[in-house]
Amino acid sequence: MNDRRHWIYRAWSGLLLGLMTLFVLNIGLMVASVATNSFARRWLGSWLPEGYTTQWYVAAWKEFQLGDVLWVTAEVVLTVVALSIAIGVPAAYALARKSFRGKQLVMLLILLPLIIPPITYGIPLATVMYQAHLGGTLYGVILANLVPALPFVILVMTPFIEQIDPTLESAARVFGANTLRIFWHVLIPLLMPGILAASLLVLVRTIAMFELTFLTAGPDSQTLVVALYYAVFAAGVRAPQSVDAMAIVYMALTLVWLLIALRFVNPTQLVSRVKDQTTAGAH
Amino acid sequence: MNAAAARSGWGADTLLLVGPAVLFLLLFFVYPFAYGFWLSFTPAEGTWLANYSKFFSDEHLWRTLIITFQLALPVTILNVALALPIAFQLRRKTRYQRWMTAILVIPITLGTVLIAEGMLTYLGPKGWLAQFLSLFHVYDGPIRLTHNFIGVVISLVISGFPFAFLLILSYVTGIDPVLARAAATLGASPFAQFRHIYLPLLAPGLATTFCLAFVQAFSVFPSAVLVGAPSGPTRVISLAAYEAAFEQYDYSMASAVAMIMGFAQLIVVVAVLGLRHAFYRGPASGAKG
Repeated sequence: MNDRRHWIYRAWSGLLLGLMTLFVLNIGLMVASVATNSFARRWLGSWLPEGYTTQWYVAAWKEFQLGDVLWVTAEVVLTVVALSIAIGVPAAYALARKSFRGKQLVMLLILLPLIIPPITYGIPLATVMYQAHLGGTLYGVILANLVPALPFVILVMTPFIEQIDPTLESAARVFGANTLRIFWHVLIPLLMPGILAASLLVLVRTIAMFELTFLTAGPDSQTLVVALYYAVFAAGVRAPQSVDAMAIVYMALTLVWLLIALRFVNPTQLVSRVKDQTTAGAH
Repeated sequence: MNAAAARSGWGADTLLLVGPAVLFLLLFFVYPFAYGFWLSFTPAEGTWLANYSKFFSDEHLWRTLIITFQLALPVTILNVALALPIAFQLRRKTRYQRWMTAILVIPITLGTVLIAEGMLTYLGPKGWLAQFLSLFHVYDGPIRLTHNFIGVVISLVISGFPFAFLLILSYVTGIDPVLARAAATLGASPFAQFRHIYLPLLAPGLATTFCLAFVQAFSVFPSAVLVGAPSGPTRVISLAAYEAAFEQYDYSMASAVAMIMGFAQLIVVVAVLGLRHAFYRGPASGAKG
């Protein structure tokens, strides 16, 4: 009896391992085929291309104005990170330490942009922005991306703030420091690891944020992911290899930051910050 | 500053700290939503319900809602069903678990656009998969995995499975392994441990995962265009909203579609959370510490 049970368990583990391997292997091959194609001279129906070249990267750089697009991406992402930290960290501090009337309501306000998908609120948001003449501009793209980034920073920062011993703040108060000074001299230095983690997570998420940028960007304010969408969308017009070259540039950009982020944060943090709050709030 | 003031009311401090964040979200999240809601009831012509009656009478429009459900529901069930046993398998903190989670993060951050481009290259008629299958004579006919319904399902699994897996993993690892060890001492098999200890404690987490994964799949947009058939079988609701806003410039109609979309998601979320209460057996945070 026990033997049979053991055998079934082994078979089940094997099956799951097989499924995972299949999944990872296919994604690996998918990425590899994009990479191979981006360096291919001519590749039609054979295992590997006839020759290799870097001309598609040059072509992508010129055709898609990659230089401009990368610059816009950097501007958007860095501004979003800076603003979400500057506004989000103080808010997270207040939510972690102070109790005030309407706190539950404020928590709900912060959770909603993370639970409602971007395309649902992005369309009314884009409508308002075009009426305020913000649509199609760099400012519009930054503000739209800040909507999910700010709540995310607040939720990531809250546990970091809760870890800090409140007596440190009390001590500073005894010596006459006001909130601003406490923030600058006591909290910010102690919170540095948390701020770093939150910044990296928001950075990676903003680079990959397609919907909001797509809905609010004009021709001069596209980030890389939106430019890539248009390139794939109009694929017939351009050589597929130069689209793939652009995809590889995009992937390299995300992966570098992702690898840096993974040194400092737990992978589950990329997705699971919402969950603690929703389960805590539900009962 | 006395302690009582800091406890209850909105002191100057609190206002200074939370104020900017609240103000920003009111301006750029609540206001647009409220405005969109109002706008959806003020169509260019017809009565105040004209947009909604148009949506539910025009087959080209109401079909998008059905198509979106047909895509999102099976994909979400599949993703959660696949992620649960795999997360359970990897519940112990090992190097293997660390590597696996790190590898599975990659598809999430690549985003749907890159996944779509990869699928077009890899799964295309001359791609490696087609060549591999015909080499081993598994399947010689033309493979059609892109530009149709299946293509969108595949892309939603690639981006959605890692998401569901990481969420469930963080719930599973939050359950104290001592409970399972106690059960094992009493002779419970891994399956029995899962059935009688993990599953009841995981039920609330699974409900949350299902909701978040569903909402993500429901708002599918880029992959429905790039690897789907956006004119027919994968004309999803977000596409209908986008077309109304940016191709017909009918912002009122676009807002109505966005509101219908939000409402449909809400129904599913409320239904799943309601079911969660039926299964509820313990504190939602599991048996931590």
